[in-house]
Parts: sequence; C-alpha cells; structure tokens
Amino acid sequence: MNSLRIDPYEKSWMLASGVLLFVFLLAVGASVFYGFRLPGHESRIDPSRVTVDPPFAKPAVIERAPGRYDAYVRVQIWAFVPSEIKIPAGSTVTFYLASPDVQHGFVIERTNINVMVIPGHMSKITARFDEPGEYRFLCHEYCGVGHHLMFGKVVVERRS
Amino acid sequence: MAENGFRLEEKLTAWHLGIALGALFLGTWFGPLQVLQHAGIDLYGKLAPGIQSYYQGLSLHGVLNALVYTTFFITGFLTFTTVHSLKRPLAIPSLNVVGFVVMAAGLLMAAVPLLLNQASVLYTFYPPLQASAFFYIGLTLVVVGSWIEAVGLFFTLAAWCNAHPGVRTPFIAFGSVLTLVMWLIASLGIAAEMLFLLIPWSLGWVKGTDPLLARTLFWFTGHPIVYFWLLPVYVSWYGMLPKQAGGKLFSDPLARLAFWLFLVLSIPVGLHHQFADPGISPVWKGLHMILTYAVAFPSLVTAFTVIASLELGGRARGGSGLFGWIATLPWKDPSFAAQALAMLIFAFGGVGGIINASYNMDLVVHNTLWIVGHFHLTVGAAVALSFIGIAYWLVPHLAGKNLWSPSAARIQVWSFVLGMAIFSASHHFLGFRYGVPRRTMLGAAPYLSPDWHPWLVAAAIGGILVWASLMLHFVIVLATVFASRKSDRPIEMPVAEALRDPAETPAWLDAWTPWLVATIVLIALSYGPPLAHLIANVDLSSPGLRVW
Repeated sequence: MNSLRIDPYEKSWMLASGVLLFVFLLAVGASVFYGFRLPGHESRIDPSRVTVDPPFAKPAVIERAPGRYDAYVRVQIWAFVPSEIKIPAGSTVTFYLASPDVQHGFVIERTNINVMVIPGHMSKITARFDEPGEYRFLCHEYCGVGHHLMFGKVVVERRS
Repeated sequence: MAENGFRLEEKLTAWHLGIALGALFLGTWFGPLQVLQHAGIDLYGKLAPGIQSYYQGLSLHGVLNALVYTTFFITGFLTFTTVHSLKRPLAIPSLNVVGFVVMAAGLLMAAVPLLLNQASVLYTFYPPLQASAFFYIGLTLVVVGSWIEAVGLFFTLAAWCNAHPGVRTPFIAFGSVLTLVMWLIASLGIAAEMLFLLIPWSLGWVKGTDPLLARTLFWFTGHPIVYFWLLPVYVSWYGMLPKQAGGKLFSDPLARLAFWLFLVLSIPVGLHHQFADPGISPVWKGLHMILTYAVAFPSLVTAFTVIASLELGGRARGGSGLFGWIATLPWKDPSFAAQALAMLIFAFGGVGGIINASYNMDLVVHNTLWIVGHFHLTVGAAVALSFIGIAYWLVPHLAGKNLWSPSAARIQVWSFVLGMAIFSASHHFLGFRYGVPRRTMLGAAPYLSPDWHPWLVAAAIGGILVWASLMLHFVIVLATVFASRKSDRPIEMPVAEALRDPAETPAWLDAWTPWLVATIVLIALSYGPPLAHLIANVDLSSPGLRVW
C-alpha cells in the first residue's frame, strides 16, 4: 500500500492554509462571543393576514422602555410602511418586519443591519443609533418592477 | 483509439458548445444595458416591446450567462475530456444523445416565457414571484438532461475500469466524472424545489407555496453549482494547463485529494447564502460557515499545486530565479494566458468568498453590489475566462482548423481581464462602502446618491469593455470555424503528465465508496435537521404573484 507523499514546501503551505482559516474562524467566533447575533429568529405569520391583523395592519413605532423602541414595519410592493421612523439619539430599536406579498430585503445603508423579509415569517433585527442624522433603509431583494422605488429612513434626533 | 473513433462524441461536444456560446452571446448584451442604466443612460425604452423592462433583461442576463452557458459548456466539455482521457468512446452513446436532446428541449421551453416577459424572476426565481410553468419545467428538463448525460459518462468510466482492473483512473477522467457525481447529488435540492413546490404551484394544482423552504432547497444546489462551474476549470488547470506551460502536474495525489474534498464539502455549505434569513437557526448557519471555511482549503491546495506545476513549465522553458520563470511562461498562447489570468483573478474572488462566508462580515455586504462584483470575479471571470481559454484549443480541435488570429485572441483575453477588473472593483466598493443594493434599476431609484455616480460610471466602462471583448471572442470562434485555414497538424487535448507516476498514488485516492459515504453523511448532518424542521412545518400560504 502506497502512502501519501507530500512535498515539504506543499506541506508547509497546507499547514499555513489551515492555520489561516482557523484564525479567521476564531475572529468570527470572537465577534459572536462579544455579542454579535445573526438574524434567524423564528416567528411565523400568515401573509394573507399581514395587512389585516395587528401589529402590521397599522404598523407603528412603540417605546417599550426609556430609549428602547420596537419598530413594526410592513414591507410590501413597493413601499416600507411606515417609511420614516423617528427616534432620539442613543436609542436601541428592534425592527419587526413582515411581508404580505413577495420576498423583500431590509438594509440600513452603511451598517450591518441587514435582514431578509420572507412571506410567512416575521424578521427581527436590533440596532442602536447613537449619532443623530438620517439613516436610509433600502429593499435589497428583487420584488418586481417597482423594486428600485422601495426605501425609507430612520431619523435620529438630537436629545433635547 | 484514432481521433475518428470519436466522431459522435466530437459532434456532441460541438453542439453543446454552440448552444453555450449562443446563450452567452444573447445574455451578454444586457450587461452594458444594465451598467449604462445605472450610470444614467437608459436604453431600455428603445427595446420595448421586445424587452419590456430592466428586470426582464436582468433575468435573461442571469439565466443565459450563469445557468445556460455554464451548463451546456460544462456537459459538452466533460463529455469530451472523459472520452479523450479514457481513450475510449461513450459506453452507451444513445444515452448521451438523449440527455443532450432533453437539455436542449428544456432550454427552448424555458426561453419562450423568458423572452415573452412571463418569467422575469431573475435566475434565482424566488417564489412567490411566479413565472410561467414552462420556465420551471424547462429548467428542470435542462437539469434532468444533464443527469442523463452524467449517467452516460458514469457507465463509460465503469466500462473503462472493468477493462483496466487495478489501474489508476486517468486524472482528467477522474476529475470530470467526480464533477458530475457532485452535481448529481447537489442538484437534488433544486429538483425537489421544482417538483414538489414550484411546478405544481405554477400549474395551479396547489394554491400557495413556502418561500423559505423553496429558498433553502434552492441554495442546497445554489452554492455547489459554483463548484459545478469551477471544477471543470480545475480539471483544466491541474490536468491540462501544466502541459500547455511545458511543465508537469506537480502532485497527482494532492490533485485527487482536492477533488475528493470538493465532493465532500461542496454541498453542506449552502446556508451561508441565507445568513440574513429569518426562520433558520443561527446554529445551523454557523455549522455551514465552518464547512464553507473548510471548502476553501482544497482551493488553497490547488493554488500551490497548480502554480508549482506552472513553475516546472517556466523553468523547463529556461526561466530562473525566484520569479524569472513567470516571464518564460507561454504568455503568447491565448489559451494559456486566459487561464493563467483567470487564476490570478480567482485569488481575489477567493478572498472575497471568505468574507462572504463569514457570519458577521456577510451582513455588511449581503445583497449589495459587492456580491455582484464577487460573482463576476469568480464565475464571470475565473470560470468564463478559463472556458474562453479552453475554447481556444477546443474549437480549433473540433473544427480541424487553426485558431483564427491568435493576436486578436490575446487582445480579447487582456481586454476581458481589464474590463472585469474595473467592473468588479467598482462593484465591490459600491457594495462595501455604501451598501448599494444589487439587482436594482439604480438609475431610476429615488435614493440614487451622487456619491455613487463616479463608481457607477467606472463600472459602466468596465462592463462595456467586457462586452466588447466577448464580441471579439465570438468573432474569433466563428472565424476559426468558418474562415480559418485547415490546421497544419492535429490539435490534441493537452494532457499533463504527473511529476511522479500516478501508480504511486495511494489506492484510497481512487476509491469512490468511502468518499461518497462521507459526502452523504455530512449532508445529512448539516442539512438534515434544518430541512426536516422546515418540511415538518411546511406552510403553503403564499399565492403566486406576477408583479413585473
């Protein structure tokens, strides 16, 4: 039986490759350790009821506790409802998103707040806004001929 | 066996290539239209009613280039490589002919609704966007046809093995058949999506569908399909390019090991496309991330082995010093130059891939133009440019003609690289820096930002350069077939010798059973529980919508 022969240089290369990938993995692991969470929350919702039943029939932004908001957003062809969310600086916002029709996406520009909105499921993602300003959010999944029209914004106001 | 013993096989390959290049020709025209639209020049109005929207054009671009060109080129190329490497004809030729006819019929069936704006669902066709049933049935037939062809090649390899007991399978045939085995297993996801969800639903037999289950089945196939595109290129990089460079395959056993690892690891990684999805536990996403890192390993091994093989060539051609051998490689041969440059581009694509696979970083770039840039580096450049390089010996071989104007082919290759580099770099930047969404008619978007404009213009310049380069490719191919001179000497498939006799390669690197078992077990572990959960809770509540 022959054994596997590997050139010494190639052996070092393979070892270095393995170490490199392992270090990358540790880096991702560290971000999880320090609190990074992926979307993946499971909460089913009947797409035909999204426009009829609360909370998405009349979606609103609700202050749960000082500085903590729940923002319900209906994501539909071809608009975010509501399309403007006002909160004071330093707030933590949990977005709850649901689609009554096709698949959509939700990304806040220049952030890692990025989640799919898939009919049948409610999406959930939390973001903290410290700097006052406008943060636009866009639909980033093709959803028909008006896809490029879908956007909205989070307006973060200076605390008075 | 003499070359004329492969008449049917050569004809089949030529037909595959003809359809592949025809699809690429049509699909390529939409590239410049898209980038020009983004940069503020909208030509779609002039195309109506032939092409009714940006998104119909985008669907054609994706389906024709990423699905049709690749699948037809690959099945044709692998038929060719298998019979030439084994030096024996197809075991059951009628099987491969039937497979091809099924693929072609499926393509026709899917093309009609695409051209009639009845299937503007992009090449991911996420439900509940609902295309014409013909689109789904047609694509399914293309996949089924590729299975039939694959089985024809399995029988051919089996017949060879029976006639050569105890002999190592020639590397090129081994890699070719392994690619098709992987594809057969991987495409079960899309087949299930089509047969159980999309086709009955588009025919009106069931009222609704389950979009998340459909996505998950799609990505079961959707990631390994990139290895279905890439592995034929690796067959060429490992098995042929060293010969074209005047070198030898540096390590036959490691080349085989890399292919086995691709078989085992290509499939259980698809959830990294769904990091941002609701309803799928981050635990399974994490496992798929780890496995995606693992599948980077055989590509890193490939980088060493292939570059070392080329170095042997460069040194045999008189190159010396640490890097001197690079200059002595046969850069004037457009087939070599295309594939060597494809390799260089793939290095950047690989780095981007590791970023996309990373749990946390993916959320910065998910569904942005970064992904478009990544895809054009990997499939659009590394794979397509390698196919172009392969075509520069394969088309002359099939036609029995000299390559028409190697200097035009050199210009074609370098302009393609330059165009793709500009296009991809600007797309990566737009996605990473600004989060610009992909697959979007940006020129008409109310949120189009002036900051993006210079980069969108750069992308347009790059995109148009790629288009022009591809047009030159079609001219070269057509002129080779119809206007070139008969070749002075026969043009053969380049077959690289291994540095050491492949008989020294350990037997476990030529044994299918353990690797197939490992493949199935790993799929069951990584996909079993999340898929079982989705299937147990299947929810057919989304009616089809046609909103384009």
